[in-house]
Amino acid sequence: MHEMGIAQELVKIALDALPQDLDNPQVASLHLKIGKLSSVVSHSLTFCFEIITKDTPLENARLEIETVPVRIRCTGCGTEWEADTPVFQCPDCEQGKIEMLSGREIEIVSLELFE
Amino acid sequence: MEIKIRKQVLEKNLSEADKNRSYFRENNVFVLNMMSSPGSGKTETLCRTLGCLMPDIRTGVIVGDICTTNDADRLSVTGAKVTQINTDQFGGDCHLAAPLIDTAARKLGCEDLDLLIVENIGNLVCPAEFDIGEDARVVVLSVTEGEDKPLKYPLMFQVSDAAILNKVDLLPYLDFDAPLAVDNMKKVHPNMPVFALSAKTGEGFDPWLAWIRQKVKEKPAT
Repeated sequence: MHEMGIAQELVKIALDALPQDLDNPQVASLHLKIGKLSSVVSHSLTFCFEIITKDTPLENARLEIETVPVRIRCTGCGTEWEADTPVFQCPDCEQGKIEMLSGREIEIVSLELFE
Repeated sequence: MEIKIRKQVLEKNLSEADKNRSYFRENNVFVLNMMSSPGSGKTETLCRTLGCLMPDIRTGVIVGDICTTNDADRLSVTGAKVTQINTDQFGGDCHLAAPLIDTAARKLGCEDLDLLIVENIGNLVCPAEFDIGEDARVVVLSVTEGEDKPLKYPLMFQVSDAAILNKVDLLPYLDFDAPLAVDNMKKVHPNMPVFALSAKTGEGFDPWLAWIRQKVKEKPAT
């Protein structure tokens, strides 16, 4: 539901990163990392991105979205694991507090320009 | 040609949230972000909570809704300072972002407050993603919703520091399995305190109020 806002921030960051000295730069692709636990729906983000990049250097740029798994560490016993379901209890001690190591990213890693 | 960027897409919101945190620290005000689906009873819970906390704990409330000032009107009766944010002026957003909280908190004035409660927009998805500079987050689930909501909206229950299971006075009339709901919350967030209460009758309020009082007391030390 908030993918439009995220797409707008994404576009601002990408446009700011373009070299000033290039004439008419065209972006081929954007590389994103999106954690499985972040509440971003990839196809909604792509849809919003396409709408707001018309007539900009980002028009027709491909969004390459890398999905980051949810990795957790139990602060009680130190066990680390990857969660495929939203059950985040420590599989070993079932007691400890947990720390999210990854899975919440909404990150722009790089962009690729057409030569 | 590849250009490295490596930035959090929501970094602007995060830096605004950090600014809010500094402002709240300067004013020694404990900030609680309350989130839930629409209709879980956030406002009713707050009305009773404020009735018990005020005037010992000087409390202000920022209420977020897409439209109407109904919630702010209900909360004003408690004597708390209340300000309303309507996000339709900002594009009908489904959550409160940090810059809106900055404006609202300064309009409200935090100098004479011990506690600031932000009643977020009713939504179990988006508000979980946006840091507003709060000290703690509370999610409200009511027994008229499903026991599996924590598993369906894991981010919300994972980022919250405490949960309220509201409307327990209705349990005799429903098939809702309260222990299962609590168990599901703990699966997503082990060790999270859960307060089963009824905003209508006041049942179960003491542990919840004690939790808030403790948090407010601890704030100046942090």
